[in-house]
Amino acid sequence: MTADELRRTPLYDEHVAAGGRMVPFAGWEMPVQYEGVAAEHAAVRERAGMFDVSHMGQIGTSGPDAERFLQFAVSNDVSKLAAGGAQYSCLCADDGGILDDLFSYLFADGSYLTVSNAANHEGDLARLRTLAGGFDVAVADLAPEHSMIAVQGPAARDAVTAVTDGELPSRMHTASLEVAGAPALVCGTGYTGEDGVEIILGNDGAAGVWRALREAGVTPCGLGARDTLRLEVCFHLHGNDMGPDRNPIEAGLGWCCREETGFAGSEAVAAARAEGTAERLAAFAITGRGIPRQGNPILLGEEPVGTVTSGTFSPSLGFGIGMGYVRSGLAEPGTEVEIDVRGRRRSAEIRKKPLYAKSN
Amino acid sequence: MATEESYPEELRYHPEHDWARVEGDQATFGITWFAQDSLGDVVFFDPPEVGATVAKDEPYTEVESVKAVSDVIAPLSGEILEVNAEAGTNPELINTDPYGGGWMVKVRLSDRSEVDDLLDVAAYKDLISD
Repeated sequence: MTADELRRTPLYDEHVAAGGRMVPFAGWEMPVQYEGVAAEHAAVRERAGMFDVSHMGQIGTSGPDAERFLQFAVSNDVSKLAAGGAQYSCLCADDGGILDDLFSYLFADGSYLTVSNAANHEGDLARLRTLAGGFDVAVADLAPEHSMIAVQGPAARDAVTAVTDGELPSRMHTASLEVAGAPALVCGTGYTGEDGVEIILGNDGAAGVWRALREAGVTPCGLGARDTLRLEVCFHLHGNDMGPDRNPIEAGLGWCCREETGFAGSEAVAAARAEGTAERLAAFAITGRGIPRQGNPILLGEEPVGTVTSGTFSPSLGFGIGMGYVRSGLAEPGTEVEIDVRGRRRSAEIRKKPLYAKSN
Repeated sequence: MATEESYPEELRYHPEHDWARVEGDQATFGITWFAQDSLGDVVFFDPPEVGATVAKDEPYTEVESVKAVSDVIAPLSGEILEVNAEAGTNPELINTDPYGGGWMVKVRLSDRSEVDDLLDVAAYKDLISD
């Protein structure tokens, strides 16, 4: 894909002005870093950082059958979601494969807003519209008019509060508030393992919010730090750590699947849960030198037993970390394996998730 | 943290963003300011083996940032006499001092005439300004 085909978020000019290094990502031109991944990573762990996640999609679901429809479409028990609440789920294919992972928010009027991954947004819409047959429901693509800014870190709430007209929602809840004068949905969610919020708002308000948060001392952060932060706390990246060829059970996402709701794909997920899966997604740490990368083979002795799906240097821990699918029996913390990093064997150990936990 | 952009006059440059400090039949190699800036925070450098041969235009080691692995290309051919173990322990030296503490290897040159193929500072600056 060439640069002219890439889409730009309403914050593109802000990124360039702040020295953002723009790279192609899922069809968008996004900042991978400004000052540097390590500094931005530290800003989120120690203070507050913000990410332009406007490339992510928003899907509106409304109508008399909205709840019944979403219950059928996604893996979690949507009936347990209360107005002002947030819920994580998988969108599965009929064979249980993971088409996307989603956050859904329920409003007081009974409608839902669901956030999708940029690369999957169009496919999610198509799948949802197919599943909507027979339901009295409207599935709307709200992505074109919406921007999204994630503000994360121990000081994130204070920084957002300083530019907001009301009290921020608690974790896994939402509130409709004015942020820097712009009407916004503020969600107590994130992808870093830190406290913070995600702000969904109309495109026109995005630059104002971004500037106000910069003035409040929030560090702009790129996709590079977003990836190291999420991998330290073992949040899945769709396309790396799961995809249509993996079901939620082997991906370790059985906790967000409620097969008794009868969601599309639930039979396959129930079978995987009952029978077990040949492989499991496990987290590991390199115990010596070396940095694992996506695609590296995982070895037990001479035998290949899995593949790295995400790997990086962990700025918080100071060593290489990753996740990968291994034979189910080996997915136990403490199992010693080796990672073949471009022909060099690096010692590693399967570890409990998350790999990084705050000490306080 | 990041250092000021610079390209010392006395060095010769390879288009793959490597430098050579040639002294008699020996040379020291490293990567340029431009290369370290493109990589971002360098977090891993495994020095190659002393005694290994390196070939001009071919990779002789790797350097890794948080995000990516990058081959390091030999600007000249020869045999490795010395490696910078300090940069293996403190890879951030490659960012903070790319022409000093961030050097990678010292090499005995096998063909000193190869030096004529390298760029001088003006030609290298032209290359990276494109």
